[in-house]
Amino acid sequence: MERIPILRMGEFLLVTIQIDMHDQMALKLQDDLSNAIQKHATRGVLIDISSLEMVDSFIGRMVADISGMGRLLGSETILVGMQPAVAITLVELGLSLPGVATALNVERGMALLRRKIDADGTDDAER
Amino acid sequence: MADATMSNVLKKSGKEIHAAWTKDLASSSAGKGRISASELEQQSGEFITLLSSASEHAKGGDISGSAFKPIRDFLEGISRSRVLQGYSSDETASFIFSLKRPFFAALRTDAGKDADALADQVWRATELLDALGLHTVKAYQKSREEVISRQQREMLELSTPVVKLWEGILALPMIGTLDSARTQVVMENLLQKVVETGAQIAILDITGVPTVDTLVAQHLLKTVTALRLMGAECIISGIRPQIAQTIVHLGVDLQGVTTKANLADALALALKRTSGSLTS
Repeated sequence: MERIPILRMGEFLLVTIQIDMHDQMALKLQDDLSNAIQKHATRGVLIDISSLEMVDSFIGRMVADISGMGRLLGSETILVGMQPAVAITLVELGLSLPGVATALNVERGMALLRRKIDADGTDDAER
Repeated sequence: MADATMSNVLKKSGKEIHAAWTKDLASSSAGKGRISASELEQQSGEFITLLSSASEHAKGGDISGSAFKPIRDFLEGISRSRVLQGYSSDETASFIFSLKRPFFAALRTDAGKDADALADQVWRATELLDALGLHTVKAYQKSREEVISRQQREMLELSTPVVKLWEGILALPMIGTLDSARTQVVMENLLQKVVETGAQIAILDITGVPTVDTLVAQHLLKTVTALRLMGAECIISGIRPQIAQTIVHLGVDLQGVTTKANLADALALALKRTSGSLTS
């Protein structure tokens, strides 16, 4: 079965979703990613959805779920590169993904992750 | 045969009718100065010619037949030019209705002492001219609506400029009432610009928005949420005291949205945030 690759970059994991996921694949990704976070003791996860042009409520919820799971496992999760059309769709669906950190692109996401981890434990008013 | 009378009268005494009509039109105050006398004379002459050929086929007030096509087109053209010249609808319609007096006078001369025939002819002529007058008003209304919808379109395009204020900071000054269609355009423009420029912060300035109701507030919140999902921050600025009061009274929850009283404060905050993220 097709799966989404999970790349390890130092203490971060990078997941690039480049094809339109079907539900089974999304569940598989959730599974793989939580295992990978556990295995590598990852501090941060970047999910890049810049090539995703369509989302439905299921994928939207899954992204929120992954972020929640990541936090439980002690890693920050940042969603990067959402397309305008996707953002509008999610808002119209009523999925505002509260608690999910976002960034414009992978570079910005990486910077944000570092900042978050640096500020780890301290009371950071940002975001 | 009876129908032919109208046409015959128009053909026979068309010149006199035209002269009398032109005099009437010139003496009426409607639309004085906006259209030259010679142009008016030319228009009325053309109308009489068209009417005389069309009235042969007149059946009561029905002007939908193909025989009336040229006269309908002519009237639509007149209405359009009247709209552009700033005539009101009654002024436009009275162009047609003012033909009645000279036309009826000509019919009277033609009928002589035959009162029955005269009444009959007058009725027919009235029916026809009324239908033509109504058609003119309808065409006038249509041209007006076209003008309005074109202006609305233009306003929509012009009213949502996205301005780059600083490296990584975009501003969107909004002017005019916000409705669903406009907010949609605003949102799409802004999100697209954020992707193009890679901006981190967008400032929505609502100084020029006259009123904020629950719907508008909801639209604003949607825009803010969409921006956040894309990884950009949003600051709403230009909230006037009146609007602040309305928002609180409506119970709209704008918490989680950064708001500032004016654009300068918002820009200061944005600069602080971007420089903070650049240095770290």
